[in-house]
Amino acid sequence: MTDRDDLIYEVEDDATDFIPELYRGEYPIVVEGLINQFGDFRIHDDLSLKVKRGEILGVVGGSGTGKSVLMRSIIGLQTPREGHIEVLGRAITGAHGSDGIDIRSRWGVLFQGGALFSTLTVGENVEVPLKQFYPELADDLRKEIARYKVLLSGLPEEATSKYPSELSGGMKKRAGLARALALDPQVLFLDEPTAGLDPVGAAKFDRLTRELTDTMGLTVFLITHDLDTLHSICDRVAVLADKQVIAVGTIPELVAQDHPWIKEYFGGPRGRAASSAYEKP
Amino acid sequence: MREWANLEIIEDAEGAHRVAVSGPLTISSIAVIDQQFRELEAPVAAFDLSGVTDMDTAGAWTVFRATRRLDASIEGASETLSDLIDTVASAASEAPIRPVRQPLMNRLFGEPGRAVMDMLAGVVNVVGFLGAVLIAVKDIIRHPSRFRIKAVVRQFELVGVHALLIIGLMSFLIGIVVAQQGAAQLQQFGAEALTINLTGRLATRELGVLMTAIMVAGRSGSAFAAQIGTMNLTEEIDAMRTIGVDPVEALVIPRILAAVVMMLLLGFYAIVLTIIGGATISALTLGIPFDSFLLRIQEVVPTYDLWVALVKAPVFGLIVAIAGCYQGMQVEGNSEEVGKRTTMAVVQAIFAVIVLDAFFAVFFTELGWA
Repeated sequence: MTDRDDLIYEVEDDATDFIPELYRGEYPIVVEGLINQFGDFRIHDDLSLKVKRGEILGVVGGSGTGKSVLMRSIIGLQTPREGHIEVLGRAITGAHGSDGIDIRSRWGVLFQGGALFSTLTVGENVEVPLKQFYPELADDLRKEIARYKVLLSGLPEEATSKYPSELSGGMKKRAGLARALALDPQVLFLDEPTAGLDPVGAAKFDRLTRELTDTMGLTVFLITHDLDTLHSICDRVAVLADKQVIAVGTIPELVAQDHPWIKEYFGGPRGRAASSAYEKP
Repeated sequence: MREWANLEIIEDAEGAHRVAVSGPLTISSIAVIDQQFRELEAPVAAFDLSGVTDMDTAGAWTVFRATRRLDASIEGASETLSDLIDTVASAASEAPIRPVRQPLMNRLFGEPGRAVMDMLAGVVNVVGFLGAVLIAVKDIIRHPSRFRIKAVVRQFELVGVHALLIIGLMSFLIGIVVAQQGAAQLQQFGAEALTINLTGRLATRELGVLMTAIMVAGRSGSAFAAQIGTMNLTEEIDAMRTIGVDPVEALVIPRILAAVVMMLLLGFYAIVLTIIGGATISALTLGIPFDSFLLRIQEVVPTYDLWVALVKAPVFGLIVAIAGCYQGMQVEGNSEEVGKRTTMAVVQAIFAVIVLDAFFAVFFTELGWA
């Protein structure tokens, strides 16, 4: 048997300094007083939002209300002008030190177009975060993890060794999801995961998100325009309008509000069709 | 300090081995236990997971793989844990991560063969591309309103005006080097005055245009390839085709025109600055006054030297632009391809320019313009 102490010693030399415990607090994502501004145009003005652990939070809003900017602020790609952002109990804003490294190993991000590394196969794409954060894992184990993650995301086996350019749009999204799930994150960010998918594929993707959320205990921040997604899998929905989160709640709670945009959103022909479809069962 | 998953082997009354796992079984804590699982030898009757505090799919996978290999059962797993193990079990896969490699003999003969075929296909493609360019030229002549004057002027600016500083500086310095080094050698025969002939003729016939072509290939040829290549990747070129815009007409023709016209002007400009560079260093170190250097140039450099340069310049420009645009149009697949094609565009352009330059040298000498 391998001498365990040797291996541990070896590992500690090049491993990241600290791996956070599983987060057991109530709100994995906390945004307070966020202000984002491009030039003179203010996108977010004193925006606050809390995401509960274990829920799928749908984020909706008209085009240009800053849904993606909000997500980019939370994951640290966009430095906000003001405000405080915490993910898994750690501040994202302000200090960008070694702390940043740890937190990135605890979240997964699926960008709109998948954002796969085009020179790597799907399997290798999944391996990248594993190599980055857990270099101590044996090659075999890393490959096995990559393989089952690909299947877990609903891709066929053959897709593992394919390059992104050989995949369809829907498959790219699934491959992107496989990479986002590579590290068994606690928080998952999905930017319009079902946009551009056919209704059958979109419904499957929704079911997959729900299943993975339940089995892996994820907290999901999900930006979407898809009313079906909101009705079928989201626990709560946050509405972005007027540069703020104007309401957070379950869909019935939101429908009861009388903000004009929310009324139009859920009460319009598409909103009514989607809600009637989900009321029956 | 990181907490690792622990493992203990217990032998029960009947002599069967049981493996007791404790601690967190998550991706950050399984590196060691994974190795130990791999080294376990049959017979192992069961894995006892009652001591596991945390588990994620990676941890579930290591347990699943070990139990599958040893044909052991799982005991003491909470509902969440067995759910996780079921989930990864349903996704177990042996698929290769990289595309399967061909056997050695196939690659040994296959790859050179494919390279040759690619080269032939490349020749056909270039001819096809030239044909597309000629058709676009014909279309523009028949419908002059489709000539994109603004795009052409924009390319004039990018290829020509923005290159003035760097090409001027480069030529000036080359003039200094040629005059200074030439003078050092000619002094041995007491013929410093011939430095003027050397600088003037070399600059006009060869260096001015050749160095400019290399610079334009590096600056603009690469830009053509990268820009058109990226447009290809983002389907902009397909979008053009679907709305009836011919990408050759819209993208390639303005760039070719710009490279041809600007090479002519930049080549002449480079010649002038090379001579000025030579004159400057001569005035400073050889004692030949600046004015008399320039006057002497008029006497020792025959007019046909300038014609040679002005014939070569647009041809070189054409080659640089065609190499850049052709390689850009060939991009498909991924971002690495853009880089590869850009490199190829520059290398091919410079190589072709130098080969043609040698051809021109022989050709014009045979014509009597020696």
